[in-house]
Amino acid sequence: MAFNQIMFILFSAMIIVFSVLTVTSRKILRAAIYLLFVLVSTSGLYFMLNYQFLAAVQLTLYAGGIVVLIIFSILLTSHLSKKFEHSGWKKNIFSAIASLAGAILSIITILDYKFSATSEVAKEVDMRLIGKSLLSVDYDGYVLPFEVISILLLAAMIAAIVVAKNGGPAKAQSPLINQK
Amino acid sequence: MLFDIVSANSAPLPSEPWWRVFYDFSSLTQSINTSLNDAMSPFWTTVTEMLIIGVLFLLFYAVVGLFLVYAERKVCAFMQNRLGPNRVGPFGIFQTIADLVKLLFVELIPIKNADSFLFNLAPFIVIIAGFMALAAIPFAMGLHAIDLNIGVLYVIAVSAMGVIGVLLAGWSSNNKYSLIGAMRSGAQIVSYELSVGLSIITIVILAGSMQLSEIVEAQRAGWFIFRGHIPAFIAFIIFLISSTAETNRGPFDLAEAESELTAGYHTEYSGIKFAFFFLAEYMNMFIVASIAATVFLGGWMPFHVGNWVGFNIIMDFIPPFFWYIGKTFFVIFLMMWFKWTFPRLRIDQLLTLEWKFLLPINLVNVLIMAFIVLMGWHF
Repeated sequence: MAFNQIMFILFSAMIIVFSVLTVTSRKILRAAIYLLFVLVSTSGLYFMLNYQFLAAVQLTLYAGGIVVLIIFSILLTSHLSKKFEHSGWKKNIFSAIASLAGAILSIITILDYKFSATSEVAKEVDMRLIGKSLLSVDYDGYVLPFEVISILLLAAMIAAIVVAKNGGPAKAQSPLINQK
Repeated sequence: MLFDIVSANSAPLPSEPWWRVFYDFSSLTQSINTSLNDAMSPFWTTVTEMLIIGVLFLLFYAVVGLFLVYAERKVCAFMQNRLGPNRVGPFGIFQTIADLVKLLFVELIPIKNADSFLFNLAPFIVIIAGFMALAAIPFAMGLHAIDLNIGVLYVIAVSAMGVIGVLLAGWSSNNKYSLIGAMRSGAQIVSYELSVGLSIITIVILAGSMQLSEIVEAQRAGWFIFRGHIPAFIAFIIFLISSTAETNRGPFDLAEAESELTAGYHTEYSGIKFAFFFLAEYMNMFIVASIAATVFLGGWMPFHVGNWVGFNIIMDFIPPFFWYIGKTFFVIFLMMWFKWTFPRLRIDQLLTLEWKFLLPINLVNVLIMAFIVLMGWHF
C-alpha cells in the first residue's frame, strides 16, 4: 500500500471516530476536544493533498480560533462536574435520520462527480494567485464574497461592542462605561 | 548603495573539505537521503527519515529547553546582581540536569474530581504545538525539516494551538486558581495573536513571500530590519512585545502570576507533567525568538555591510548555524531582560495595550510598509 493511502486511511479513520465521539460524549469540554481532533485531522488531509494554504487556514481559523472560542465559553459557563443527560429515543431516531440523509446526499454527490485521474505531479499553489483571485473582479474572481464577508465581520464587531457596553444597548449612555 | 549584493560567498571552492558541510547542509542531507534510498524501498525511506528527524527534534527540544532554563537563571541573577547557580558543575551548568532528575522522581499526584483524560492530555497538546512549529524553522542552509510555501502562516497557526493545552489544564484541574489563570491566558493569547500576525505580515509585504527559506534568501542583500526603514523596526518592536505576551512570559505572565494565583494554570501539576509545561514555555520562547531572527534579522544570513568586501568575507567564515543561534539567543536575551526589568501588568492594562495601542499602530504600519514597497523606497 502506498504511503499516501495509509495516511488517508489514518486521517479519515480519525475524522470518523472523533466525529462520533464529539456527538456522543456526555462531557462538554471533551466533546470540544474531540471536535478539535476532527478539525486537525481534516487539515492533515489538506496537507496530504499539498494544499498547504487551506491546511494552515484550517488550523488558524478552526483549531486556533473557533475551538478556542468554544473552549473559552465552556470555561466561563460550565463546571467540571456537569454531565449531560442521555437524550431520549425520539431525539436519537430523528438525529440518526438527519445524519443518514446528509450522508446519503453527500455520497450521491461524490459518486456522481467524474474524478479524472491524471499522472501530473502535484502543483504548489502560489500565494500570489490566491491573493489576486480573492480581489479579482473577473469571472473567477472572489471579490464579491470577500466584500460581503467583510461587511458581515464588521457588523459582528459592531454588535459585539454594543453588547459588551455596560448594560447593553439600552443604557449605552450610562456614565459607568468608562469607569477605570 | 549601502547594502549591495555581495557575491563573495558564491564562488565555489576548488575542493570540498569536510568542514564545508557546516556552510551548506544540503549535500549532507542529500547524501543521507540517497544512501537510505539505495538501502530500502521509498516507503521505508520516508518512515526512517521521519524517525530520524523526530528523534533529532526531541533531542534538540530537551537540550535547548534545559539550556534555556539555565540561561534564564543566570540572566536573572545578572539582572539582580547575584551569582545564580554556581555549585553543580563549572558555573553551575549541570544545575538544570539535576533539577530535571529531581522532577523525574517527584510523585505524579492524581487529582480527585478532576477530568483525568483532559488533565493528562493538556501538557501533550502544549508540547505537540511546539514541535509542530519547530518543524518549519530554517536552522541553516539546507537544514530545514519542511519548507512549506506558507511557512510563516503555518508557524503562527500551530504555535497558537498551545493555548488550547493551557485552557484545558486550567479547566480540568478543578481549581479556581487554575481556572482564572487559564482564562487570563486565553484572553491574552487570543488578543496578542493579532499583533504577532500583523507585524509579520508587514515583513511578508516586503519579502513578497511567505516561504521561510525565501524570506531568508531575500535578506542576502541586507536584513529586513535595516532594509524596511522605520516600519520594519516598529514591526520588530511590536513583534517582540506581542510574542512575549503570547508565550505567557513576564511582564505578561498573568496566567501564572505567583503572587495572586500560586502558579496559575499548572498549580495542580507535579513531576514530569509540570516539567512539560515548564519546558514548553521555554521552547515557545525559543520558537518565537527564532521566528523574530528569521523574519527580521536575516535568519542564518551573515551580517554584511555594503562594499566592505574584507569585512563581509570574514563574516562569511562564521557558519550560518551559528549566525542563526546567535541571533535567536540575542532575541531570547532581550525577552529575559524584559521579564526581569518590568513589573507585571494588570489584565486591563494588558488588554488596553493590545487593543488601543499595538493594534492601531500595527494597522497603520502595514499601510506605510505597503506604500513604501509600492513606491520602491526600500533597498
